[in-house]
Amino acid sequence: MVLSVFAYGFMQRAFLVGILLALIIPCIGIVMILKRLSMIGDALAHTSLAGVATGLIFNFNPILGAMAATVTAALGIEAIRKKIPRYAELAIAVIMSTGIGLAAVLSGFVSNAASFNSFLFGSIVAVNDFELLLVVLVSAAVLLTFILLYKELFLIAYDEEAARLAGVPVKTINFIFTLMTAVTVSVAARTVGALIVSSMLVIPVACGLQLGRSYRQTVLLSIGFALVFTIAGLLIAYYAGLKPGGTIVLTGVITLLLLFAGRHLATRLRRAKKPHTA
Amino acid sequence: MAAPDVLRAENVSFSYHREPVFTRVSFSVAPGDFTAVIGANGTGKSTLIKLLLGQLSPTSGQIWLFGQEQRAFGDWSRIGYLAQNQAATAQSFPATAAEIVQTGLYPSLGLFRFPGRQGRQKVLEALDRVGLRPMAGRLVGQLSGGQQQRVMLARLLVGQPRLMILDEPSTGIDEQTARSLYALLADLNRDTGLTILMVTHDVARVEPYLNHVFCLESGSMIELARAQLLEELGHRHKHPVNPECACCEPAEVS
Repeated sequence: MVLSVFAYGFMQRAFLVGILLALIIPCIGIVMILKRLSMIGDALAHTSLAGVATGLIFNFNPILGAMAATVTAALGIEAIRKKIPRYAELAIAVIMSTGIGLAAVLSGFVSNAASFNSFLFGSIVAVNDFELLLVVLVSAAVLLTFILLYKELFLIAYDEEAARLAGVPVKTINFIFTLMTAVTVSVAARTVGALIVSSMLVIPVACGLQLGRSYRQTVLLSIGFALVFTIAGLLIAYYAGLKPGGTIVLTGVITLLLLFAGRHLATRLRRAKKPHTA
Repeated sequence: MAAPDVLRAENVSFSYHREPVFTRVSFSVAPGDFTAVIGANGTGKSTLIKLLLGQLSPTSGQIWLFGQEQRAFGDWSRIGYLAQNQAATAQSFPATAAEIVQTGLYPSLGLFRFPGRQGRQKVLEALDRVGLRPMAGRLVGQLSGGQQQRVMLARLLVGQPRLMILDEPSTGIDEQTARSLYALLADLNRDTGLTILMVTHDVARVEPYLNHVFCLESGSMIELARAQLLEELGHRHKHPVNPECACCEPAEVS
């Protein structure tokens, strides 16, 4: 009965796409968060809408438009960060404003508003063959790159200056990471939605950080949480007739709140158990 | 033939926004030296380190590392650098002591290579050297300030550097911990011949272990005679170490 959900081809695709994205999004998210740049996902996701609108106006695949827009935006953020390193977060705000402005103006020229709106909150159950192939290729590339550059990304996230002194090609690795982020955000924008993808970058990692006892464990836990949120979110959405993207994110938020509460309770219990010395 | 100086600065000047920070500074550090650079806040001690490490370029003058001009120097694995407040960076980072120390292996590994069993053994040995082997699996943020600083030292040691440059390593740690940190550095210097250059305000505590003390003041650098340093520090730290050098007022010792 529960498995009836898998009888439909579109749901099989949704699960496949969701699981692949759940594997790669936390890999990007953890480095982003530890570099204190968690808002980059938001900026890129909003900018991707400008690319989506361009694709819809000029009649080419909107995901390719989103990729071009996010890569340009990500490179723009890196360029501005270098110009004003003390106010690095300003770069994100500038690019996000530009992206939102462009998306708002360009969306006025899109004839099929429903198609544009589907990118705001995603349509994971309406993924076509080309998009599925794109998700598979992007996921394989991002996962492989993350594994190959594991220790470099760790060191850069920990201390960029120390990484540079240790001989890590910081500029090149940052450029590759920027590309990874941009392509991940653009394919995820189509499926979970541009307005939701930044939450997916942050929430599973935030949960992983609550329980991780090492960096490696935190990465694995974050991926585990993302997988659970995706699968649970899709199942709940299917049976309750809800929007999948939003349900996935809300499942994550509720779990995070429960983890916060659990930790708070555990701390209070530990304190209560300690004998009073005063 | 005598081994070349590990580090030599010749007539190095540096200006920041056309404002001279120091002018024609010259000094050298020989193999096996334990050297301190002292000076008041804002005299350019950290700037000097950035120049030595190539993070800044001198306005004029030359810097030599292991007998090579700095601009041509490429073997940075021979130099271990501990930045000021480095331990604070690790405070909120979700990594174990062993994971942090392992990053010190990067120069010998390079891209796409992972530390195998031998690398992991080296990490444990480095943690052992600083007395933290039992803490290898603990999150760095859960360790005390002194233990975190030892993890940072182990991170440098695992790369087997020949020169260690430390910028205010006792910042943020208590007096007792600072003393044991200096004793550990002295052991490393004596047992392994590791050359150490340390920027510090804490010359009173580290003095017993030093070969040379340089003082940056008013844009120039002078070497303090050790005998004079000892004598003045012995006077219960009431007087400036060198009457010519206002930066040498001893740190308060409780």
